[in-house]
Amino acid sequence: MEQKLRALRDASLSAIKEAGALDALEALRVKYLGKKGELTAILKQMGSLSAEERPVMGQLANQIREELTQAIEDARKALSEKALEARLAAEATDVTMPGKPVRIGRQHPLTKVISEAKEIFIGMGFTIAEGPEVELSDYNFTRLNTQEGHPARDRQDTFYFDDNDEVLLRTQTSPVQVHVMETQPLPIRIISPGRVYRKDEVDATHSPMFHQIEGLVVDEGITFADLKGTLNELVHRLYGPETRTRFRPHHFPFTEPSCEVDVECFECHGKGCRVCKGEGWIELLGAGMVHPKVLAGCGIDTDKYSGFAFGVGAERMAMFRFGISDLRLMFENDTRFLEQF
Amino acid sequence: MNLSREWLNDYTKIDVSDKEFCDGMTMSGSKVETVARTGDGIENVVAGKVTFMSPHPDSDHLWVCKIDAGQSRELTIVTGAQNVSVEKMVPVALDGAKLPGGKEIHTGKLRGVISEGMLCSLGELGLDTHDYPYAIENGIFILEEPCEPGQDIREVLGLTDSVVEFEITNNRPDCLSVIGLAREAAATFDTPFAVHTPVVKGSGDDIRSYLDVEIRDPQLCPRYTARMVKNIRIEPSPAWLRRRLRASGIRPINNIVDITNYVMQEYGQPMHAFDYSCVGGNKIVVRRAEPGETLMTLDGTPRILTPNMLVIADAEKPIGLAGVMGGENSEIVDGTRMIVFESANFNGTSIRKTAIALGMRTDASSKFEKGLDPEGTIPAVQRACELVELLGAGEVIDGMIDVVAAPAAEKSVKLEPASINALLGTDFTRDYMVSVLTKLGFTMRGDDVIVPSWRSDIEHYADLAEEVARFYGYDVIEPTMFRGETAQGGWSPKQAFENRAASLCRAMGFNEILTYSFGSRSAWDKIRLPGDSPLRNALVIQNPLGEDRSVMRTTAMPSMLDVLSTNAARRNPSVRFYELATVYRPLENSPLADESAWLTLGEYGGNADFFQLKGCVEAILKDLRIENVRYSAESGNPSFHPGRCADITADGKPIGVIGQVHPLVCDAYGLESEAFYAQLDMTALRALQAPERTFKALPRFPAVMRDIALVCRADIPVADLEDTITAAGGQYLEAVALFDVYMGAPIPAGFKSVAFSLTLRAADQTLTEEHAAETMTAILDALSEKHGATIR
Repeated sequence: MEQKLRALRDASLSAIKEAGALDALEALRVKYLGKKGELTAILKQMGSLSAEERPVMGQLANQIREELTQAIEDARKALSEKALEARLAAEATDVTMPGKPVRIGRQHPLTKVISEAKEIFIGMGFTIAEGPEVELSDYNFTRLNTQEGHPARDRQDTFYFDDNDEVLLRTQTSPVQVHVMETQPLPIRIISPGRVYRKDEVDATHSPMFHQIEGLVVDEGITFADLKGTLNELVHRLYGPETRTRFRPHHFPFTEPSCEVDVECFECHGKGCRVCKGEGWIELLGAGMVHPKVLAGCGIDTDKYSGFAFGVGAERMAMFRFGISDLRLMFENDTRFLEQF
Repeated sequence: MNLSREWLNDYTKIDVSDKEFCDGMTMSGSKVETVARTGDGIENVVAGKVTFMSPHPDSDHLWVCKIDAGQSRELTIVTGAQNVSVEKMVPVALDGAKLPGGKEIHTGKLRGVISEGMLCSLGELGLDTHDYPYAIENGIFILEEPCEPGQDIREVLGLTDSVVEFEITNNRPDCLSVIGLAREAAATFDTPFAVHTPVVKGSGDDIRSYLDVEIRDPQLCPRYTARMVKNIRIEPSPAWLRRRLRASGIRPINNIVDITNYVMQEYGQPMHAFDYSCVGGNKIVVRRAEPGETLMTLDGTPRILTPNMLVIADAEKPIGLAGVMGGENSEIVDGTRMIVFESANFNGTSIRKTAIALGMRTDASSKFEKGLDPEGTIPAVQRACELVELLGAGEVIDGMIDVVAAPAAEKSVKLEPASINALLGTDFTRDYMVSVLTKLGFTMRGDDVIVPSWRSDIEHYADLAEEVARFYGYDVIEPTMFRGETAQGGWSPKQAFENRAASLCRAMGFNEILTYSFGSRSAWDKIRLPGDSPLRNALVIQNPLGEDRSVMRTTAMPSMLDVLSTNAARRNPSVRFYELATVYRPLENSPLADESAWLTLGEYGGNADFFQLKGCVEAILKDLRIENVRYSAESGNPSFHPGRCADITADGKPIGVIGQVHPLVCDAYGLESEAFYAQLDMTALRALQAPERTFKALPRFPAVMRDIALVCRADIPVADLEDTITAAGGQYLEAVALFDVYMGAPIPAGFKSVAFSLTLRAADQTLTEEHAAETMTAILDALSEKHGATIR
């Protein structure tokens, strides 16, 4: 019997080793270890053995069963691994082919620069003020120290809705500042971005509608030095901390002293090139200390409070930022243009 | 304003490079636009002496000249000009020379004879006979200037000046002059500055026996000053004067005209010269024009005048348009014997309006319109007379007429050093402030700063602060960050709401567009608005840039369609756009507008269809927490396909519209493919936004899914079936989802099959078969009862 068992073991082990597929392996398991299998058949003959031999043979049979079970299991694992490998190999794909397109919409370049500026100022504790675009000339001009007869009020520069030139399309976002100063408690820290209108024919650098971002700070002890500090901060956050600025005296009716702020040319870093027309500097902002007359006109005590204001053209910022050469592209909205930003 | 640095040096000697000069002036407030040398463009051109001439062997009009151009040997140069002769000095462009306009000269052969350069005409040097009246236009420029062979022609012709172009701000008309800029330059570079006082010798006689001046409108003409010159000899001005005018961008004409221009450039005071023989009645009257009065101005254009315009008249008729241009009837001509110099002060606004009304902005009017110094009239007329004597252009008659109709008051501002330092964030001493102001011509009387007459822009301590700061240097003031209470910055709820809507649109592949706020009335017809539509009631711009931009938009639909149209015309195959567009609707009792934001969506091409766009709108509304949204078929909106348009409401309130753009509207915009458009009223949406959602526990018990296919009349909207299912479904119905709509055999005509997938679930236990069956029965009964729908 022992001989039979050992022969079975050797035969089945070699058969298992030979098995090339999972179903063949299963068939071997049934053949050798199944209820009607060969091992069972041999064990059925246990009755003919002596009482001394039985436990010995029993132990041997169990040992062989375990050995075969383990061998089948090992072979099964090896075969599955091989099968998986084969499948994965078959499934290999050309990973250099493009992905399935996902269309993400783009923000208009103007909105992009305006949003950036808003975020910077929000970080400095500013809120964003809005005001009407159809505005009274009182707010757009008179209260901003631009009296009757000033050229900016001419019909060739400003769009009017009435014969008396009292209602207009705002030419600057500054009237928002007046509304804020009249209605909000001090201190004030706002920016007022928005659309403004001037009677310019459309060309590469002009548009009858454009966008400004203006800012206003009114508090006790605000100085021109503070104006410089704040605008330097803006420029550094927009164009990097190394960017140099230049503050030049200028004139605006509602600020005094007034200045224009130039930024070192991004292209040539001050040497002079085509972008900056050889100057080395690019004009970016207009700014100044709010004229005490304007503050007083809004009911603010100028002995106690002072303020600064600044304004920047968003189109200008976007054109420099993205190297856009023609303003008309901004309002044509060709999708091939919009998708570049 | 173009400034000759050579001229500037008459008033204050500034010995720095052009770059240093320009930087310094820019930083003290006189912004330099450009700088150029008068001889720019001319290179390698020298004076040369013609030593020998012979006819070209192969030509009947060319000459072969030997030229001593100061080189190691004589040059051979061929010329076609006939005015050259031996011993004459001529400009010689050597091999490799450059001439204005970019022309280059090289040695070459002319009909077989080598020519080592070119003899130049006036024109080839960028000059004309106004610059050198003794030369001729058609021929070589025969030099009469003292010069040596080989001397650089720029030196010979005095083309060594630097011309600096300034951008002068509106508040500083005093800087539209050599003297004004000299004052700024002297303060900038700390150089001595002295205004020259003109000296006029005179020739006897008395102006009062020739002329009387009357000002009838003191508001429009506060001051009128005149002097007269007799025995005029009209001739070209000397070279130095012509050169300075030329450098300033003014064309030399003749000595008298040149003198008026020279003085205007130097003093900033426009002047005019009348031919005295044309001043009828020996009288000058400054008055408003009579209605219908006309004047032929110097440019030969007849002008119809109105009483808003100020004229210089004689006893009967206008002879000049005040501050703008003289009249042809009193023009200086070759035969002029006696002239009147006018040096007057006019109201700036009036001059500007006249110039605009007549469309003739002149050098004079552009200066007057900014408001000139009333004290400037006498020095200017004196300078003109001094120049007349210097040039020998005539004999100045003694005496001056100076009518001051509205005297200017002296202006002073209190010097408040503490206020100035507080505004600037500096600690300048009072002495420093005074020293800066003094350099600029201010004087002190105790604590009062007396403002010079030419500085009409100074009226407040803030103005003085700017004067002090700009000469100290804006750049030198140390930047600081403002202090004060910390403030919380941030978006307003409205802005945050709009930002969210916009980012949703981008997430779904819509590109942002920005369009004009104004448009044309024709847009209303293009989108087929009915004649009585309230949207045709718009704010109208009185002075638009053409009809195309004349009305404020009351709907943003045409803006979107325009953009779709542009993109279609450029063959962009498929596009998706959104805009947060403001529309402007007139208000009942205010001249201002109701300005409200709309979100518009538009697309064509690709997979664009009604339901694709509707899916986007649904997603946006869901994200913005707009609840109880309904879409109801709208067949009456003329802008849309009558069968593919829905009005959108939330909680029963209108919030927008969505649909396929009507084919006729597409035609009007040149759109060949189907286009889809939706608009949402952002104001309405924000008012309807539901509060932030709170957490709802995840279901703990399994759901039961049931699909039903119904047959019902084809015209029953799916939304109605869904409503019925939801109402009948009771507590166990969790969700209804449409998954199929089918029409055609075997469904009878006029009917459709609609299939829904229902999710049933109980919150507190596994749903029993019994409860599920009850729910389904209730739903099917309701569908049958309300819509006659049967199970398929």
